[in-house]
Formats: sequence, structure tokens, C-alpha cells
Amino acid sequence: MKQKSVAVVGAAETTQMGKIPNVSVIGLHADAALNALADCGLKPSDIDGVASAGISPVELAHYMGITPTYADGTSVGGCSFMLHVRHAAAAINEGLATTILITHGESGRSRVGAGGFARSPTSLSGQFEMPFGPMGPPTMFTIPVLRYLKARGYTVEDLAQVAVIQREWAALNPRASYKDPITVEDVLRSDMIAWPFTKLMCCLVTDGGGALILTSAERARDFPQKPVYILGTGESVETPMVSQMEDFTSSKAFRVSGKKAFDEAGIGHADVDHLMIYDAFAHLPLYGLEDLGFCQPGEAAGFINGRNTAPPSQGKSGGKLPLNTNGGGLSYMHSGMYGMYALQESVRQMRGIAPAQVPDAKISIAHGVGGMFAASGTIIFSNEAP
Amino acid sequence: MPPRMLPEPTPETRHFWDGCKAGELRLQRCTDCDGGSYFPPRPFCPRCGSRKVEDYAASGKGVLWSYVINMRPRPDMGTEPYAIAVVKLEEGPQMMTNIVGCPQTPEALQLDMPLKVTFAAQNDDISLPFFEPAGA
Repeated sequence: MKQKSVAVVGAAETTQMGKIPNVSVIGLHADAALNALADCGLKPSDIDGVASAGISPVELAHYMGITPTYADGTSVGGCSFMLHVRHAAAAINEGLATTILITHGESGRSRVGAGGFARSPTSLSGQFEMPFGPMGPPTMFTIPVLRYLKARGYTVEDLAQVAVIQREWAALNPRASYKDPITVEDVLRSDMIAWPFTKLMCCLVTDGGGALILTSAERARDFPQKPVYILGTGESVETPMVSQMEDFTSSKAFRVSGKKAFDEAGIGHADVDHLMIYDAFAHLPLYGLEDLGFCQPGEAAGFINGRNTAPPSQGKSGGKLPLNTNGGGLSYMHSGMYGMYALQESVRQMRGIAPAQVPDAKISIAHGVGGMFAASGTIIFSNEAP
Repeated sequence: MPPRMLPEPTPETRHFWDGCKAGELRLQRCTDCDGGSYFPPRPFCPRCGSRKVEDYAASGKGVLWSYVINMRPRPDMGTEPYAIAVVKLEEGPQMMTNIVGCPQTPEALQLDMPLKVTFAAQNDDISLPFFEPAGA
């Protein structure tokens, strides 16, 4: 992809966040879209491209009164929005559309106007996984982890520490669902959900949404907000069945997506000032740090324990790689497809308006996962003009 | 208790479920490349794309590769916590299963413990492949 040729000019989350019993799924999409349009001073009629997951781009376009020349319904789980950004950037470069709206909305907690999550008993997962009793992500996304801990020499305390440090970031974010400090002991003593995972190692279940508006970098200068340029992008998919992951200690989709994004951006790891790794569960930042190449296999837990990803604390400066600075899916919010919120936090950090702003941050990465290690998308942002 | 969630075989997987009913764990392998065995079933080799594949009865032996213990049982799975496990088969592929004949505890369920397949009939058509400690 051509570097810095496309920028995010509008970005917003839903007006409310957390528990929103009075808004349906499509209403959350629309609320976020209207907020993002207001953010960049556009009207629905200015949008000529739409992308969405959860609802179809047809529903989005019709509901918003948009007549698009580009529609993307890529739906690969929580990182779908990373893929939407990537496809939108290519589409804008190719002239398929000029101004693309990407939306997310999910009534994960209140279930207002929400669809089901059933897998057909004829699907491969329906035949070869569901008969053995998994009950949603807490019992599936977690299955590789005992093997991972054994292979790396990590412990359950290492998993708990991920949640503890992310809670420190959440404490700095007024919109975070949970802000009270927690300890490793608190995490380990919380309800056992699926051994070895306790409740505080699992993401929240909340309501919310978010939207992004992209256009060419050339036009981006004319919008009210500081443009956030797209420097590199990646995506990949591996398997719809977590039991069939090639390697339980590493996500192939993470590795392929991350490498592609780094190669496109032409940057090195030391250039990265801020990082978001979709944390549906506490093990994901560990896999992400290793599979994106920030840590060698076996070093990620020590990296987090050593406060390299942590906020400033008690007079000590923050870590060199601030990670999940909104509090993440573990403490900020998680509606079901959290990737949109990782992107929103990267955009806020690049605009310089995040609640826990990383000083002078110039490059941010938002790395997402879809399904249970099924898919991945990586977006590298920069706030420096081309 | 609602009836247990069961697979509905498709033409591409029928041989596997017929195998379970007959007490055989049937894997597939390619006769064109030396890519080895694969799972879940499909009528071509996922490594080379050849349609020249064959079913065969696997050893039914494997080791406990990873698992969780679900503390909030799915309604059709009873009321007690149970392990959702992945077994690494002697022939290479991994498959999800339940471990039977053994307490559902971290102490009893040690990674890399040897396991062997056992089949549990659910109805006239479907038997599920479970695994039990190989010494049992």
C-alpha cells in the first residue's frame, strides 16, 4: 500500500459506553456514525463508502441514508474493523470511493436487537468441537494456554499481571468500566471460569460502538481534526477451530498480519511509541508481543512484569512501550468485537487527546484478533504529515 | 437436562462418524504427497491439494496437549465441571475431546499424559470419540 496516502479524519465512540439498555445494535452503529460525522464536519450524504461487521453494510447504508459506491461486509470477528481500514485504504487509493465510513455497534451486555451466536451442527466446529462442551470464548480462546504456559515457562501469575497493569491504565480513563486497582492475588482469587482462567483474566461484556471515517491524505488536511495517517496494514486468517491451530504457542495469523504491516510501513520495532493488542483474555498481549516481534518467545511475561508496558506510577516514569492504554478489553470495555476500540485509542493517541496520553507519540499500532485466534488485522498509524 | 449437542455429519465427514460408530478413529492421508495424516476430514489433501486421499483406522493413541476445565457447565453437559481438551494424536493431528475415566482436576490432568480413544454411543447414529488415560 502507498504509505500515508490515506488518513483517518473522523473518529468517535458511542455517546454512552458500558450498559446501554435503551439502544439497539443498529442504533449503536448509527450513534457512533453520527458522532464520527460530527467529529469531521460531514453529513451522511458526503459518505460514498461503507464497511461494517455484525450488521451488513446494506443495513448500515440504508439506515444512515447513504448511497455508496463501495461496500465491505468483511466479518471475521473482533478484528474485522482492522480489515475494513485496510480495505478502505486500498479502495481510496484505487478510486472506488473517496470517503469511507466504518462502524461497529454491539449490545453485548443488554442484548437489545442482538443476533445469536449459534454454530450449525453441520459446520466443522459444530461437528468436531461443540459436542465436547465449549460454551463461548472463555472456554475456547483459552484452550491453547496451558500448552503455551508450559512451553514458555510462564505461570498463572504472569497472566494475572497482564490484568493488573491494564487496570492501572484503566484508572486513568474516565470512561473505563473498571478503575479500582487490583493485585495479582485479586485476579487469582476471582471466580474460576475455565481453569486456569479466572474472571479478571477475561474481558468485560458491555454495550457500545465506534466509527471511523477515512479519506485521502491529500483531502485530510482540510478537516477540523489532526489527520491520522495510515502507514502500514496487515491481515490474515488461520482456522475457524481453535483446536486446529497449527501451533498452540503462537498465532500464525498474528505473525503474518504483523509482518505485512511492518514491511508496508517500513519501520522497526523501536520506532513504535504506542501499542494496542486486542485483549479478549489475559494471554493475548503475551502472544501479541511475541508474534509481532516486540519480544522473543519466552520474554513477553518478563517484559510486562518489568513494567515496560505500564503507565507512570508513584513518581516513576512509564514503560517504554505503553500497551492497551485505554484499559483494554479487560478493564475499559468489550462489546464482543473490540477491535474498533483499539483503533479508536490509537487514533486518540495520534491526535494527542487520549485520557492517558503518551507524550510525543508519533507511531501507534492497533493489532486485532478475530474469533479464537481465527483471524488478525494490524494497522500502523502515524500523526506525521507525508 | 437438554439433549447433548451432537454433530450432524456431512457427505465429507460421514466416514469419520461411521468409524466412531464402528469403534475406529478414522483419519485421512494423502497418497500423492508425504504430507502425513490430517484432520478434520475433507476429500483432498490440505497440504498439496490432491484429491487422492484415503481413510484409515488410526492407532487411537495420543497425549493430552492442552485443556481448560469449564466451571460453568453448558446446560446439556450436566452440572459438574468438565475438561474440554485437545489431544495430539500419535499420527500428528490434534482434535478436541473430553477426557473420561479420570477426575476433572488440574492434578489428574497433566499435559503430555498418554491417552487412548474410547467411543461413547449417543444414539443409533452418533458415537463421540473420548479419550481416557492409556493405563486405564
